[in-house]
Amino acid sequence: MNPVLFLLLALLTLTAALTVVLHPKPVHSACALVVTLFVLSVFFVALDAQLIGVLQIVVYAGAIVVLLLFVIMLLNLQMESHAFGPGWVVAAAVGGGLMLAAVLVSQVWWAPGGAGPAVSAEFGYPKEVAQLLFTTYLLPFELTSVLLLVAIVGAVALTKKGLQ
Amino acid sequence: MGVEIAIATAKVLVMVLIILHVMAFGGVYFERKVSAVIQNRFGANRANIFGGILPVNLGVLNTLLADPVKFLLKEDIVPAGADKLLHTAAPILALAPVLVTFAVIPFGDILTVGGRDINLQGAELNVGLLYILAMASLGVYGVVLGGWASNSRWSLLGGIRGSAQMISYEIAMGLSLIGVVLVYNTLDLQEIARAQGGYFLRGWLPAWGILYQPIGFVIFLVAGVAESKRIPFDLPESESELVSGYFTEYSGAKHLMFMMADFVEVVLVSALVTTLFFGGWQVPYLARYGAMGLPGFHFPWGATLALPALLVTLLQIGAFAIKLMFFTWFQVMLRWTLPRFRYDQLMRLGWQGLLPLALVNVALSALVIIWKAGAS
Repeated sequence: MNPVLFLLLALLTLTAALTVVLHPKPVHSACALVVTLFVLSVFFVALDAQLIGVLQIVVYAGAIVVLLLFVIMLLNLQMESHAFGPGWVVAAAVGGGLMLAAVLVSQVWWAPGGAGPAVSAEFGYPKEVAQLLFTTYLLPFELTSVLLLVAIVGAVALTKKGLQ
Repeated sequence: MGVEIAIATAKVLVMVLIILHVMAFGGVYFERKVSAVIQNRFGANRANIFGGILPVNLGVLNTLLADPVKFLLKEDIVPAGADKLLHTAAPILALAPVLVTFAVIPFGDILTVGGRDINLQGAELNVGLLYILAMASLGVYGVVLGGWASNSRWSLLGGIRGSAQMISYEIAMGLSLIGVVLVYNTLDLQEIARAQGGYFLRGWLPAWGILYQPIGFVIFLVAGVAESKRIPFDLPESESELVSGYFTEYSGAKHLMFMMADFVEVVLVSALVTTLFFGGWQVPYLARYGAMGLPGFHFPWGATLALPALLVTLLQIGAFAIKLMFFTWFQVMLRWTLPRFRYDQLMRLGWQGLLPLALVNVALSALVIIWKAGAS
């Protein structure tokens, strides 16, 4: 990936991501989230992972954030009364973010140098990804679907409780 | 490098030319004149260049020129309480994602010019079909944000209806395409179009996708019409209850962009139906390399008609454009023939009709493919 392009895209991603957190209007935050996810998918495509890049748009930018916007519009949230939550929430979020950043940076820093593992010419193609997903990583893949099912059942149970 | 840029530009120009032709025929001729015939009226007949000084009147072509000029010259009004940024961004967000999908739709086979093979497809993407679904799913933001940013009840209701409808039908649409992917084993639209060059019944019947995926075709077409938000699925606009829904508060060029986005979606659905179910650019019995390796027609009764390779390509591009126009015409006819659904009927059709049917189609297609693989 071209370093100049990378820096420009990274700057755009970070600006959009900060807008998500800092903008007082929820609808604008959601739109900034779409921009963040879209630029992330550009990174994936530039790194030869076209399938992951496109799936990123289909699932996150195209479906999940639309539902977020839908809820924001139905509740008619115009402006947040205060920009940040209670102090301990902000502290926990910042602390967690810093810890994640520390883990990632340390992993990259101490990673063995030299060329990475050789990849085939079809790297990132749907067939290649599906092959791995349905052979080597079948169990985690199926467990993820169970996790999603549990989340759905939990959401239904939580919303029904108030109605009874 | 220079040559490649020139080739890419030429491909884009050809594709744009095809879309513009279909839009001009479908959007202006069908929507203005054919619809008038259906409703037993004259239709647009007032536009005239220079007030009739010219000896020849160009008929509907005048309307073709006058319509966009009228839109572009109108005053651009932003309502007082509107969110200015999003109000301006919404029409762009509605139109741009639909336009970029045409990059992966093939409009011809390989053309060999001066020893260079040119694949007649804007971008060769190994996830082409998913790319189209991804971009189409981004189109919903234009509707939602346009409805919200206008600060009007009609617009907001239209935007909410539109987002719920588009998300519901996107699922059935995506599932109906899984059958096609199972049959052709690829997501690249050019490979899908090329795979439809075979024949059934001793070479008489072209083996187009609709013969493999008839249920998938019906589901895709219905979901596609719903995605383009036109009658019978035009609840986000429904002029008799919501003025004009999510774009009530738009005027001038922005209004034109919303209308264009809907119509380009119609052309996109036609292009996908053509490519996935009706052979794409394939002309029956016409092959670039036939039985003897000669380009031209090879009829099932044994006759052959050799044609220059360039003419074969031109015929293929023409066939693609004609098929595109046919399905555009079909969707315009649907619009002027059917009444509008009620909202609960719309949701029931999407979730209880199309979605289970699409799932059954996927299961059946997979079973048949496994059975055939086991038999051979």
